[in-house]
Amino acid sequence: MEDVVTAIRVVPLGHYFVLSFLLFGIGVAGALLRRNILIIIMCLELMLNSVNLLLVALSAWYGDAGAQVMVFFIMLVAAAEVTVGLAILVQLKRNAEGVDINQLNRLKW
Amino acid sequence: MVRMDLLATLVPALPLLGTLVTGFGRRKLSAYAAGGLASAMVGLSFVCSLVLFLGHDGGTHIVHLFNWITVADMNIPFAFQIDALSLWMMLFVTGVATLIHIYSIGYMHDDPRVATFFAQLNLFTFAMMLLVMGSNFLVTFIGWEGVGLCSYLLIGFWYTNPGYNYAGRKAFVMNRIGDVGMVLAMTLMFLQFGTLEYAQIMDKAGSFGAGNPILVMCTLLLFLGATGKSAQIPLLTWLPDAMAGPTPVSALIHAATMVTAGVFLVVRSSVLYELAPYTQEVVLWIGVATALFGATVGLFQNDIKKVLAYSTVSQLGYMFAAVGVGAYSAGMFHVTTHAFFKALLFLGAGSVIHALGGEQDIRRMGGLRNKTKTTYITFLVATLAIAGIPPLSGFFSKDGILAGTFEGHPVAWAILVLAAVFTSVYMFRLLFLTFFGTYRGTASPHESPRVMTIPLVILAVLSAIGGVLNIPHVFGGNEWMKQHLMTAVDGVLNEHLSITAGTEFTLMGITLVLVLLGAWYAWKLYGGKTTLDGEPDDMPFLKRLIARKWMLDELYAYLVERPFGWLSRHFFSIGEDKLAVPLTAGVGETSYRFGDWLRKIHTGNTSLYLFAMMLGVVVLLLITWMGA
Repeated sequence: MEDVVTAIRVVPLGHYFVLSFLLFGIGVAGALLRRNILIIIMCLELMLNSVNLLLVALSAWYGDAGAQVMVFFIMLVAAAEVTVGLAILVQLKRNAEGVDINQLNRLKW
Repeated sequence: MVRMDLLATLVPALPLLGTLVTGFGRRKLSAYAAGGLASAMVGLSFVCSLVLFLGHDGGTHIVHLFNWITVADMNIPFAFQIDALSLWMMLFVTGVATLIHIYSIGYMHDDPRVATFFAQLNLFTFAMMLLVMGSNFLVTFIGWEGVGLCSYLLIGFWYTNPGYNYAGRKAFVMNRIGDVGMVLAMTLMFLQFGTLEYAQIMDKAGSFGAGNPILVMCTLLLFLGATGKSAQIPLLTWLPDAMAGPTPVSALIHAATMVTAGVFLVVRSSVLYELAPYTQEVVLWIGVATALFGATVGLFQNDIKKVLAYSTVSQLGYMFAAVGVGAYSAGMFHVTTHAFFKALLFLGAGSVIHALGGEQDIRRMGGLRNKTKTTYITFLVATLAIAGIPPLSGFFSKDGILAGTFEGHPVAWAILVLAAVFTSVYMFRLLFLTFFGTYRGTASPHESPRVMTIPLVILAVLSAIGGVLNIPHVFGGNEWMKQHLMTAVDGVLNEHLSITAGTEFTLMGITLVLVLLGAWYAWKLYGGKTTLDGEPDDMPFLKRLIARKWMLDELYAYLVERPFGWLSRHFFSIGEDKLAVPLTAGVGETSYRFGDWLRKIHTGNTSLYLFAMMLGVVVLLLITWMGA
């Protein structure tokens, strides 16, 4: 366990910040701009995991296990979310003959 | 003790069971099964009461069933008080109720809703038992409201007639007015005494001293409740209209039992009344006025049941006059004898109505004494009893009241004697018009079936010999009823008649002579009537006034209904049309418009939703940072 913490601490904390902000930004941009639902779901995962990365880094740097607990929660939620998301995706593919998010535009009023 | 608990619980429980079975099984049960079951339940209840009565040791027993309301230091148990007073009420109420149930089997046999009828009659008996057995005001109050409900249901039993529904509603509303007094009295007593148990209140009342304004207030409010239930001035106009119900209902509820609940309540609270002389005066004079009122109006009624209804009002006035002067045992005695002969009169009237196929107008009756012999003889006994002819029961009970009032209130005595004379006139008028002369109607009269005449005979025997319950000392009796009630009603202990035997005999003689004169007068006017005369239009003013019950309904319409209607209409036009409707409709309209506008942003573009969501998160974050 100590080796992992040491290994993480090899990289300065600021780098983790930059990396996870970048990953998060890519995720947000992808989720907003792409039209393929599969890509959007992947982008959501990217956002979640960028947060996980930051939490793990901070946990190692400040020696606080609480952040790691959060990570486990996020992973759990992400797993559940992706299950539902993929199920919707499959149904959409079957019923609407495509995975374009703009096909869902009947969800109004 | 266990046996007593069980019996005391069975007395109300059996009619309740009967209600449930006949009520829920009303589509399955035949008319005779429902009637038989209901009668059996009440009959068993009577047997239980009788066993309790015979095994009674003269003490007061509390049968505690369960703790009902327990909040902070307020503890109101659901308990029965078994003492001489409640036992006596239980005994004669269930007894008369049993006879009337049996009679109803014959009277109601061709009604399509006969099982419902019996369910409601049983429910009434149950509620009446709670009323008389309750060990505190609240249990009594359940019964009080329960009998009111049954009264309402049964007055409007033939609900397809709008007039009957109106009569039921009138009874209900009038009783509610009285109940306000009852509720206020209970609240006041709870605040003052911290309990609603009869025994504890009576114990604590002594420390307040005679004439204490709180006690006067309590007793006046209780009496207001009693005037509603027992049809006294000013809340009496519902009782004559209550005759819309089937005749056995009139006999059971509106003559023999429920309407005496007010008298029972006053006797039950005798300690409070003894300590409030002002209220006693009020009770006395209300009773006297009502006795005269009912007797005068009864003189000019042409509906057989209406005559009896006003007679009931009048006799209830006697009872209140008795308890008003502190003659509680005389009052209770009259309650009992009245239950016998008034139930008999109503059942006899029902038998006549049944015989004539629904005819109720005494002007179209006559000569029935040969055609309906049993009914005639029993009706005659009841008439003699209510008029106060010795040695029938009514003579003894009425004499007790008259002697009691003469001592302190000669004017009240004189008015009551006058009312007794009127009683004699209208009762003999009824008897002669119905059974004497020649038949003036068109139906073919026939005697009622035996299931109806046997209760009549039993009640006739009771009406005739009921006097032995309380034979006064001047006749060598020992006033059994008074001795009996003494163990339970403290007020009875203060009763003592100081007039001499000579005076008492003189009073009796005066009353008797006047009553016989009244009967003779009625015979002269109506005895040999053979013709059918219509409603005279040229009645003198006073007679017309009296026949329309002293315009009491019109007075109430003028004093209460019209101002109230005016107020309601204005509340409606201002409050409803100008305030409430625009306000509530305006709220709806506004939110509708806003929503209509807002729904346009739902384009269906999921990317846009995501973007908006993100924007929202960013804005929230910004707000949080600004705040921090």
